Amino acid sequence: MLTSLKRIIKNGCKDFSRNLSLSLATIFIMVIVISFPTALFILNPASKILISNIEKKVDISVYFNEDAKKEDILSAKEAIAKLPEVKEVVYLSKEETMEKFVERHKNDPVLMESLAELGENPFLASVNIKAKDLSQYEQITKFLENAPFAKIIKKVDYYERKPIIERIFSVISKINKIGIILAVTAGIIAFLVAFSTIKTSIYSARKEIEIMRLVGASNWFIRGPFFVQGVIVGVISALITFSLTFAFCFFLNSKIQSLFFGVDIFRIFLENMGVLFLTQLGVGIGLGVISSMIAIRKYLKV
Amino acid sequence: MISISGITKVYYGSSKEEPIVALDNVSFEIKKNEFVSIVGRSGAGKTTLLKLIIAEEEPTKGTIFLDKCDIFKLSRKNLPLLRRRFGVIFQDYKLFSSKTAYENVAYVMEVMGATDAQIARDVPQVLELVGLLDRADNFPHELSGGEKQRLAIARALIHRPDIILADEPTGNLDPYNTFEIIRLLKKLHELGNTVILSTHDKEVINRLGERVITLENGRVIRDEKRGKFIL
Repeated sequence: MLTSLKRIIKNGCKDFSRNLSLSLATIFIMVIVISFPTALFILNPASKILISNIEKKVDISVYFNEDAKKEDILSAKEAIAKLPEVKEVVYLSKEETMEKFVERHKNDPVLMESLAELGENPFLASVNIKAKDLSQYEQITKFLENAPFAKIIKKVDYYERKPIIERIFSVISKINKIGIILAVTAGIIAFLVAFSTIKTSIYSARKEIEIMRLVGASNWFIRGPFFVQGVIVGVISALITFSLTFAFCFFLNSKIQSLFFGVDIFRIFLENMGVLFLTQLGVGIGLGVISSMIAIRKYLKV
Repeated sequence: MISISGITKVYYGSSKEEPIVALDNVSFEIKKNEFVSIVGRSGAGKTTLLKLIIAEEEPTKGTIFLDKCDIFKLSRKNLPLLRRRFGVIFQDYKLFSSKTAYENVAYVMEVMGATDAQIARDVPQVLELVGLLDRADNFPHELSGGEKQRLAIARALIHRPDIILADEPTGNLDPYNTFEIIRLLKKLHELGNTVILSTHDKEVINRLGERVITLENGRVIRDEKRGKFIL
């Protein structure tokens, strides 16, 4: 039993090295196949981070009447903060708003001059609201319109921002859907290519498989070396894909961070390294072994 | 030892073609330690018969018993055990093209579960017997026709099978090598093996002076104890 196992492993390694060009071609295809689940693995958390980073930038502002009292505004702020949908509420007084405006536009003489000409603070006190989720702004706005303090509210800028919010919302969900469909389709195609590559390599060995049967080799003694080759191809492909993923995440991290609102793919890689490698190994070995075993079946009928 | 009864093998091609009857109700017995030659023209059914004996193909009708075992009722799992009792010299050699001469022979011993020490001892011996020891590390495509044939013979003998099945083993050999091979088969027969030889070489048959079964169009037309090649 042990001798047989040793021989199966030895024959598998020998066949792998003797058919090196075919083995390398198979590894190349497998690296492409494993790259698809790898891409999903990295892109899924990356897109979540991207979405939340974009969502963080979305907010709505509630502007209060000129004559609204500060206590009334603050109690309105308290009431808003109590809403379960609300993540953050910030109060900005007339003065603070003015300061911020001046700070932001101090280099724009036209704006500064117009402000000086007005002679008074034209800004309104406001409350800035961030919801936990993009879809909740509508509800919050409805609440504001019907709240007891609605009479002191001059304007909620939700309706101005609504098209942008909805646009972001639909773009994100479209990107997600397209991404998944693309990855799954490409993954299936890659799987079929890998399967037929392995099938071709076994087809080229079909005569030898028949001879093995005819000289009295048991099915497992024949399958074994192909199984071993499947494992070798799987492990090498997984190692290559893992190294490529590392290199990709490491070297392109700063570029991606600046392009995509600070998404840190290298951190995603480091945090999921173990599971990622096991997934790659699983896909590689699984595909290598299962394809070989399916492809070899029909030649074992002699 | 081998009992063949009512074996018929029909090959059905496409529906338009006439089916080909390769063997038609063939029956005979081969006793232990017999040397049987099966002769006939090309297409008489010799190779088909040998293929059926090792269950490489299934008959359309009939049975073949090896001792008490109906070989066509064997499960796929037990079939290798039957085949290990045979040493087959195939007409087209059936060598492993990706294995060296040494590995071709050693593979059969590996299949049988021989130890590494046994393999290291026996393989060079049998390669020497067929004059291929200096070609041990060559692959089949690096060997001549005669060398391939001798390698096929070495592989058939290595595991000391009960029965040697030789399908045209001298087909590609010059007269000198032909008689070397026949001498070797006779020697194995003397050592107690059962030998089944298929050939259309008149010279070989007439020299052997053993049992001859003559096939024609898939039928046994003659079965003689000390036969001659008559067609």
